[in-house]
Amino acid sequence: MDAEAAKLIGAGLASIPLAGAGVGLGLIFGNFLSGAFRNPSAAAANQQTMLLGFALTEFTGLLGFVIAMIILYAF
Amino acid sequence: MMHLVSGLANAEGPMEQFKVLPIIPLTLGDIDISFTNSALWMTIGVTAISIFFFAATRRGALVPGRLQSMAEIIHEFVADLVRDTIGSDGRKFFPYVFTLFLFILVANLFGLLPSVPGAPEKFHTFTPTSHIIVTLALAFTTITIVIVYGIAKHGFGFLKLFWPSGLPWYMYSVIPIIEFISFCSRPLSLGIRLFANMLAGHLILKLFAGFIISLLSAGGAVMILSLAPFLGSVAIFLLELLIAALQAYVFAILTCIYLSDAAHAGDH
Repeated sequence: MDAEAAKLIGAGLASIPLAGAGVGLGLIFGNFLSGAFRNPSAAAANQQTMLLGFALTEFTGLLGFVIAMIILYAF
Repeated sequence: MMHLVSGLANAEGPMEQFKVLPIIPLTLGDIDISFTNSALWMTIGVTAISIFFFAATRRGALVPGRLQSMAEIIHEFVADLVRDTIGSDGRKFFPYVFTLFLFILVANLFGLLPSVPGAPEKFHTFTPTSHIIVTLALAFTTITIVIVYGIAKHGFGFLKLFWPSGLPWYMYSVIPIIEFISFCSRPLSLGIRLFANMLAGHLILKLFAGFIISLLSAGGAVMILSLAPFLGSVAIFLLELLIAALQAYVFAILTCIYLSDAAHAGDH
């Protein structure tokens, strides 16, 4: 298998971690929503923590994208 | 209309927006220190922020007008962030976190501005933070400030950061190593997080725009399908506005958390 084909396969495999990011984001927002439904007055106070959690989880998934870019363009 | 569409479609693809092009070529011996489009947009960002705050605080009224209100809201937002995370020691870090937050916010938003049609490539809008060198520089500056402050305040007590108290004795063979590795990963994660978000987001934006152009230039009945990437472009643009602000906020709050770790290292 030549390098170009291997690079494309590697880049495709490196985007599988985005599934984990999707699950994590769903968990964060789902838990926020269930908390907000139980205690609507406390929801606004938790929004900042939710956004922080969203950014950190999104980042972990984007690491997969970064590795795909490295495989495609840096080798 | 067809020639208008195909005339605009002379970009090489979505990665073209990340090219760094010199505007004023300068060299210092062997080193290339030209004034590039990246430097231009960083300068525009700093100038815009400075002009905004000079104009907003010029009157200094007790009951603020609209511009001064905006400046006060931003100031209060970052001041609350610093105070809630670091505590009363945090006041000396407020200028740094404020500058960091606004610089990253403005730099992230520049990539969402449209370029002037027909402008030469080096004057197209550019996101300075979409390059890893810029974000790593910001991250390493932050971690250097954290380490220097921690050592200045606690001396070698700063190493208590890696020695949490109250653990069973056998854990102390493993935990400090793990804590050290996680500390060393902080600047990398700070820098790569901002870089990856900006790169991915702006790439997707240009990709969708490219789809619209290629569907329109196919001609005939397929042109109606270009509505889908058009709506997708609008949605991604709104998401990118949120992500730009959010990533600036996350960088600032993580900076505050690391600074509070250094300020309270003696309490571990």
